[in-house]
Amino acid sequence: MMNAPGPSSLSKARKDSESVIPMPGSPTRLQAFAAWARQPGVLLSLPALVVFLFGFLGPLLLVILYGFMPARSFGLDHLPTLENFVTVFQDSYYLSFAWSVGLALATTIILMLVCWPVAYGLSRIFRRSMILTLLLVLPLFVSENVRLFGWVLTLLNHGILDGTARTLFGWEVSDLLYNVPVTIMGMVYVYLPFMLFPMALGVSMIPEACREAAFDMGASRWQVFREVEVPLAMPGILIGALLTFVLTLGSISEAKILGGQSVIMIAHDIETAFTYAQNWPLGSALSTLLILLTGVLVIGLLSKLNIDKLLSRK
Amino acid sequence: MSDTILELKGVEKYFGEFVAVERINLSVKDGEFFTLVGPSGSGKTTMIRMLVGMDKPSRGDILMSGERVNDVPANRRPTCMVFQSLALFPHKTVGENIEFPLKLRGEARHNRKTRAIELLEQLHLSEAYYSKKISECSGGEKQRVALARALAFDPQILFFDEPLSALDYRLRKTLEKELKDIQRRTGKTFVYITHSLEEAMVMSDRIAIMRKGRIVQVGTPDEIYNNPANGFVAQFMGEVNEFRVSRADSEWLRDLDTEKRYPIPPESSVSEGLLIVRPERMRLLSDNEKADSRFEGVVENQYVLGSRVQYQVRVKDRNLLVEAMIGQPYKVGDSVSLGWDADQSVLIPE
Repeated sequence: MMNAPGPSSLSKARKDSESVIPMPGSPTRLQAFAAWARQPGVLLSLPALVVFLFGFLGPLLLVILYGFMPARSFGLDHLPTLENFVTVFQDSYYLSFAWSVGLALATTIILMLVCWPVAYGLSRIFRRSMILTLLLVLPLFVSENVRLFGWVLTLLNHGILDGTARTLFGWEVSDLLYNVPVTIMGMVYVYLPFMLFPMALGVSMIPEACREAAFDMGASRWQVFREVEVPLAMPGILIGALLTFVLTLGSISEAKILGGQSVIMIAHDIETAFTYAQNWPLGSALSTLLILLTGVLVIGLLSKLNIDKLLSRK
Repeated sequence: MSDTILELKGVEKYFGEFVAVERINLSVKDGEFFTLVGPSGSGKTTMIRMLVGMDKPSRGDILMSGERVNDVPANRRPTCMVFQSLALFPHKTVGENIEFPLKLRGEARHNRKTRAIELLEQLHLSEAYYSKKISECSGGEKQRVALARALAFDPQILFFDEPLSALDYRLRKTLEKELKDIQRRTGKTFVYITHSLEEAMVMSDRIAIMRKGRIVQVGTPDEIYNNPANGFVAQFMGEVNEFRVSRADSEWLRDLDTEKRYPIPPESSVSEGLLIVRPERMRLLSDNEKADSRFEGVVENQYVLGSRVQYQVRVKDRNLLVEAMIGQPYKVGDSVSLGWDADQSVLIPE
């Protein structure tokens, strides 16, 4: 092999492996595996594969296994049990699940409405505006918690907003914090870029001629939107919706910092179980259920969306 | 006569300082196949965008059936355009694409389908195409779907923005003929835009030739071919033999480059300009054959153009082109005589 590089050796190796595969159990099977492993793709994917295995699949498996251990145990050497899941369904954890799903849904829908005009402008009017894109991305460089505490300072009773209004106009703008609307506002604020950029990509995929053709055939502004723009931008909209929904479903800071625990989200319950309650198996069971819920939603949506076709489309 | 369906009066369009089109006066008759021809940058796309209603003229009026439509937006004009990119909706099936204008009008689903299948048939596409995806159609099929969709709209004037330019030669020829055929059968007014005068000649009743934002000549294909308004139009059709001349007396022209004399073509009013002889009007002469003008030269190149052959003949320090039926006995390097009769040439302003 080393002595005869070039296309001839390559084709020879391929021929070898082809002739080998139909004969399972034969001694050349090892050679076939070696040939397969020598492919550049396999070698190059190794680092990522190792990270994926030990950094993602391993911990995930641990979490799932812990979910089946007896409550308050620290170790995987006990007999598996379903008691944690029974606890989850008997206790009021369904409320946290409902709040999480509800808030995630509300945030996603609000973001869709808010981001469409911005995405439209971003991809069609301010196409070359680096500054605008930068302004939208910049907040991501600041820690989420810091930004949320910024909002707390702004909205606090006698805070920036209330204090200014009182001093200048004598108005009282109090009790803005620690409720559901402000929690949603925080989520909308934090996850906006995750909806905006995929959506802008989707909008930029609408051919200008299609829009004009629809208009030319008598479509009103609304009909162009419904019949042409939304369906053609759908891939971007779906990806954006998926990102924001999954991220808000697992979010915790907005409800804690801005919402002041007026609603408890599932991520908060999980955190409590792992830290304050020192009940890892319960936390694991909750995590497993959340992962399951997210997985079903994501796979359900992604199966309707052919990414390959999307990207190859002109 | 009130059968003028489209009229342009002094239409001009500026983009900032840039003059896209100026001083456009045109009228298109009802039921006519009218073509705007010009090289890229001649303003024809600007023209069609104004006609369809996607741009407003900076000055002048556009009248449709006698009514001023300058400010009527595209979606309220009784016109429809077949785009250069076709602009078919990739997320809709062939049937849904064709039905689109009917759906916008709120036609019942059943009627829409009947009409769509009728149109498919008219454009030689089987009913099976109704539920096909756009991505499953070939280039020619997409053309037909785009045309069917435009016909479903049932416009008073149908505009075309070079829809055939991306197709291969043979398919383009077929579709040109089909388009002409459909125009005749439906009796609709077609306004077509192209950069190919050849394409325009095949299909059009009348042609307007544009250059640098202005209309240079309007006429039937015959008129354009036989009496080009100037050198630009003459060359636009393809290679021609040109001689810079001025009148020497009442019968003769003097070649400004070679001092040679040519007879004045009949019905010429120009005193100085270009004498145009098309390669197919030039003749290869046998020894004692007579012609009003005669040259001796050497064949420098020959190009076979299918049923005809074109010779590039070197005469002193210029090349002349002559076309003849294929099967001539001349080879590269042969000495030949060539010439033309006065009525086969035209004298035009430069």
